Amino acid sequence: MPSLGADMEAGTLVEWLVKPGDRVKPGDIVAVVETQKGAIEIEIFEAGKIEQLLVGVDTKVPVGTPLARIQTEPEGPPGAVAAAPPPAAPAVPLATPPLVRAPVTPPSPPPVSPAAAARARVSPAARRLAEACGIDLSTVSGSGPAGAIVYADVERRLGEAVAPPERKRAPGLDLDAMRSAIAAAMARSKREIPHYYLAHDVDVTACVQWLTRTNAARPPDDRLLIGALAIKALALAARRFPAFNGFYRDGKFEPASAVHVGVAIAIRGGGLAAPALHQADRTSVDELMARMRDLVQRTRAGRIRSSEFSDPTITVTSLGERGVETLYGIIYPPQVAIVGIGKMVTRPWVIDGAIGPRSVVTITLSADHRVSDGHAGALFLAEIGRLLQEPDKL
Amino acid sequence: MPQEMIHPGTTELTYRDAVREAIRDAMRRDDRVFLMGEDVGRYGGCYAVSKGLLAEFGPERIRDTPLSESGFTGAGIGAAMAGMRPIVELMTVNFSLLALDQIFNSAVTVRHMSGNQFGVPLVIRMATGAGRQLAAQHSHSLEGWYAHIPGIKVLAPATVEDARGMLWMALQDPDPALIFENVMLYNMTGKLAADAGPVNIDKAAVRRPGRDISLITYGGSLWKTLEAATVLAGENIDAEVIDLRSLRPLDDATIMTSVARTRRAIIVDEGWRSGSLSAEIGMRMVEQVFWELDAPIGRVCSAEVPIPYARHLENAAIPQVPNIVAAAKAVFGRA
Amino acid sequence: MNDIDIRQVVQEELNNIAPEVDLASVDPAADLREALDIDSMDFLNFVTAIHHRLGVEIPELDYPKLVTLDGAVAYIAAKLGTSKT
Repeated sequence: MPSLGADMEAGTLVEWLVKPGDRVKPGDIVAVVETQKGAIEIEIFEAGKIEQLLVGVDTKVPVGTPLARIQTEPEGPPGAVAAAPPPAAPAVPLATPPLVRAPVTPPSPPPVSPAAAARARVSPAARRLAEACGIDLSTVSGSGPAGAIVYADVERRLGEAVAPPERKRAPGLDLDAMRSAIAAAMARSKREIPHYYLAHDVDVTACVQWLTRTNAARPPDDRLLIGALAIKALALAARRFPAFNGFYRDGKFEPASAVHVGVAIAIRGGGLAAPALHQADRTSVDELMARMRDLVQRTRAGRIRSSEFSDPTITVTSLGERGVETLYGIIYPPQVAIVGIGKMVTRPWVIDGAIGPRSVVTITLSADHRVSDGHAGALFLAEIGRLLQEPDKL
Repeated sequence: MPQEMIHPGTTELTYRDAVREAIRDAMRRDDRVFLMGEDVGRYGGCYAVSKGLLAEFGPERIRDTPLSESGFTGAGIGAAMAGMRPIVELMTVNFSLLALDQIFNSAVTVRHMSGNQFGVPLVIRMATGAGRQLAAQHSHSLEGWYAHIPGIKVLAPATVEDARGMLWMALQDPDPALIFENVMLYNMTGKLAADAGPVNIDKAAVRRPGRDISLITYGGSLWKTLEAATVLAGENIDAEVIDLRSLRPLDDATIMTSVARTRRAIIVDEGWRSGSLSAEIGMRMVEQVFWELDAPIGRVCSAEVPIPYARHLENAAIPQVPNIVAAAKAVFGRA
Repeated sequence: MNDIDIRQVVQEELNNIAPEVDLASVDPAADLREALDIDSMDFLNFVTAIHHRLGVEIPELDYPKLVTLDGAVAYIAAKLGTSKT
């Protein structure tokens, strides 16, 4: 049972997608596990033949429990492994900020395992290698005593390919468990992170006009939403202002080398997840839109892949066009910033000395005061606003 | 270097013979050197180490002493301060406690207390360890206690080369040096080059290179540890075995280089676990190579009881090959 | 394809987006975004699905005409009617 988040203690195996005798290769999805974060498709890190399934369907087991035995095959030439690019996006979980929808049914308290152990065990050597290579330990499964993650596990994770093919529909989400995961993350955030909050009204009329023009010529499959523009602008700004993109860990800030924007996605019936759009600053708006649609759809259907728990380096949250004009998010630790996008409204606006109607969006920033100050935050927000004036260049 | 070197004139001899050769060599090289202790002369030493030396060197230089460890150790200290190079033999480490006041309050402190006017270039040899059914007053491994004391060297020769080579270097030290000879090694045979001579006394030695785990030990436990490494090799665990050789000072560089590479370590020490040399070594690893460790550090030590007389209990009380194998496998989560 | 068939398709697609909602109990004149709690992404997915199933072109400018169940059915019927010939 892999650890799919630093706070994960156990998971329920809900479906096997392989049977003894099946051949598997790294990246194949072999099982579906239900966790607090929802149903996760479990990828395999080894090539070989499934020898025996050790855990039955609908069984809840602690992290580190072997799920199956694989007869491994001789490894390929070391070059093949080395050639694989280091995973661009270390992974991590979701569950973020401001809560939107009330649960449909009153949540019952999440099951508490009496054996609920402390954090996952990671050897110092493994921890340091993971840090040096930007591997998120929650994506590494441990092979050491009691499921401890050891050096070799991180090495193995380093050699893995990134995106596995999607294969099969997974069952739904455990919303109660997700609620308690959100509760833990948000409580920790408010306990540890000294937030400061800024708001900036941005005239997005240029975006609206550009979208109208662009979408008019496109079939619904290819149409864009303003959210895609906002994410691209945010990602570009985050690249320019690294103090908002990264992690605060062990008493210091570690800027991230790439911009992975976590998108807070509300789940019907309550709950929230924030899987990442990787390298958003280097992705075209069309591609971002396509990936966002795919991500939203699958997240809401409870079909998140384990590789999509890729560590967002900054998060964006929006309550949509029927939401509120201004919202301030709560930072998802260990990230250091969350950007809120309010609903678009038409307001009287002064341009060149005359008042006219303009489409305006309030963009907010909640940022970690241990890492940045308000002055930098203001420049960061202003940069997002400036970028949104030229949507064709995004 | 203590590594096994095959010279044309290689001879096979016992550890006991090697210690005797070392004493004889030192006596020949330097007429300030003399040996004294209980039964070292007429009886030839209670472990027969000094057999024949009385005839060769005479009663002036091979001196039988009364049963008074404090007295003759003090005499050795005085002789050393006055310019001699005495070798004092204490029958066992248990008896050395009678001389502890002389060793600690005199030998160790004189250089400090005299403002560097006097030093004590004294060598004390003693037997240590269990396994000969000598019961709870003759069988302990207290060398770790001595390794606690600043100002002395504590040596633990485990091979015939070291038994042969360490004494001369210890005698060259301007301060006290203690040599611990494990009682189970005296009858062990090994090959020694005909021209074997002094060896360094400040470096640990890698007795068996390996990739997966460092087994750190010294003295009588070295051979059990090497045997355990062979067993482990059959289970796909490639163990490196380090012989500390010097317990004070510890050769941190060799230990840490090994552990940083294998990322796992077991310390095998016939001393008791609590407050021990093994604890010191483990703590140094935490201080120096914590970030390289891939598993908790393990220890195999003696049971915390007086060493029993009965053979099966005595064997059960001290580190043995199966304990070492089990401890190493546990590091890998294997039973 | 008559209005009942169209309503059937519309309801199926809305159900895909909001599976827990009983569409029979939704006021056909109510704003679907409110009644079904759907956002712009859901709505875009709805439009995309209708486009694929029925071949109806729905430009963005016409989105407001589809915000109620009745409105959507009427709009699609009109579009299909004009495209039949």
